[in-house]
Amino acid sequence: MLEIGLAHYLTLAALIFTIGVFGMFLNRKNVIVILMSVELMLLAVNINFVAFSAYLNDVTGQIFTMFILTVAAAEAAIGLAILVVFFRNRGTIAVEDVSTMKG
Amino acid sequence: MEDFNLAPLLPEIFLSIIAMGLLLVGAFNGNNATRIVSWAGCSGILITILVLLGIGWHKQTVLNGMFIIDEFSSFTKLLILIGSLGAIALSVRYIIDEGMERFEYPVLILFATIGMMFMVSSNNLLMLYMGLELQSLSLYVLASFHRNSTRSAEAGIKYFILGALSSGLLLFGISLIYGFTGSIDYTVIKHSLFIIDGASIGFTIGLVFLLAGIAFKISAAPFHMWTPDVYEGAPTSVTAFFAMVPKIAAMAVLMRLLFEPFASVADQWVQIIYFLSLFSMIVGAFAALVQEDIKRLLAYSSIGNMGYALIAIVANTPEGAGAVLLYILIYMIMTAGVFGAVLSMRRQGLAVTKINDLAGLSQTKPALAYVMFILMFSMAGIPPMAGFFGKLAVFNAAVAQEFYVLATIGVISSVISAYYYLRVVKAMFFDEPADKFDTSIPFARRVVMFVSIFFVICFVFKPSVFIQSSITAASSLFAG
Repeated sequence: MLEIGLAHYLTLAALIFTIGVFGMFLNRKNVIVILMSVELMLLAVNINFVAFSAYLNDVTGQIFTMFILTVAAAEAAIGLAILVVFFRNRGTIAVEDVSTMKG
Repeated sequence: MEDFNLAPLLPEIFLSIIAMGLLLVGAFNGNNATRIVSWAGCSGILITILVLLGIGWHKQTVLNGMFIIDEFSSFTKLLILIGSLGAIALSVRYIIDEGMERFEYPVLILFATIGMMFMVSSNNLLMLYMGLELQSLSLYVLASFHRNSTRSAEAGIKYFILGALSSGLLLFGISLIYGFTGSIDYTVIKHSLFIIDGASIGFTIGLVFLLAGIAFKISAAPFHMWTPDVYEGAPTSVTAFFAMVPKIAAMAVLMRLLFEPFASVADQWVQIIYFLSLFSMIVGAFAALVQEDIKRLLAYSSIGNMGYALIAIVANTPEGAGAVLLYILIYMIMTAGVFGAVLSMRRQGLAVTKINDLAGLSQTKPALAYVMFILMFSMAGIPPMAGFFGKLAVFNAAVAQEFYVLATIGVISSVISAYYYLRVVKAMFFDEPADKFDTSIPFARRVVMFVSIFFVICFVFKPSVFIQSSITAASSLFAG
């Protein structure tokens, strides 16, 4: 029977984090997908924290997770608000349209 | 709970109360109150500065070791407060002229300031993260503050996405550091790094992620790609704030992390900072050469300037840390003056930001042209202006630790960057005059520009005051 240990959790978190980062850069369609990728990155970090917290028998990591969840909610709210402002001006939220400035 | 002593937090508590009170005032009176809220915010910051000067600066930690106050944190808080004061004073007329007169503007600057004050006083990675997010979330909103402008909204989106990415990297680094050292408290991390004698691979990965996250915030290359777009797109008064203040906070956080908890793994982080510094200087020097927009030019200039400041961190000495503080102090004051002039570039009621728009300024508005002239010379590091002494201190610190390559490349790139500063001067003094700018420059902006010019010119008469106090402040990081 395979024992699921710290290394498995860390690998999972690293994978999810990488998916988040790639989702941010490879996606050419929609800014909402980028917001989802951001969320994915933060949740990967939470897995890390909780896994370490259980491993170290120390509650700090779980407290940190609570703070990250709260801040992630605030961040998503602000991101969506900025997106609404952008949509009102341009009528689109496609990633390739966020490019009037270059150089 | 023997250390439940809130006295060292007085400046933060006071400013928080002021900020929330002003938010209420604004909520009750609507946008007509913008002017009152702005000036009340300015006086709030002034009183906070007095409170900060009044409390003792000797080293102590409170809130169970989460919050530290020492000469370093107090000195950087002083810089942050002065910078925010200047930024609000510069903005008031501008936000009215641009038709984005909303009372949230000064309140958001105050919240960002509080976040930065917590950042520089953090002695715990959780406190660092919360301060950083309070600052970043306020700045995202400020960048997109000009709701009807496409560019401002785009700047907001870009800043938000890359800022969120950098927070993610930073957090991932923090989680690994927590796991491999067993704590998020700087003192405990320092202790456990000392005991295990050489860091584990997991810790090193965490350190790299953490430094990448902070490098985003100080816009050091190769993590600089958001800077030019955000500087160009955001309202100019917001760009002024971005250029002056958040960099100081991020730089101070970086210094505290590197010199206190991570002091024993210096051989690892020195390589990273070395690379960041080298890359930033080169990007800052070359990419700015082709810019037509002065805000974009200043963005690349700030990337380059962060590169110079990082040189002195590589030196890893109290003198080097003092040089960083001196450098960012001088940079902040010069930038305030430059943005005072850029904010005054208006033609028929519209803001213009191209370098060509400055053509022949010496004939149409000589006073403004000479202000720009002095500040550009100072930015380029030409003696006897203050900018020269900042660069001198930084290069000295590097040479003293035998980082000759870094110092040489620093000097070369600062010569290259002199070209684009002088290009601005050339446009003002030797090009055919363009149309005249609108005449009215508000009193507060004149004061900021005057203070900036006065500092830049008079620094040479009493340099030891600033050099000494920055070294004193920095050496509290090395006291043990």
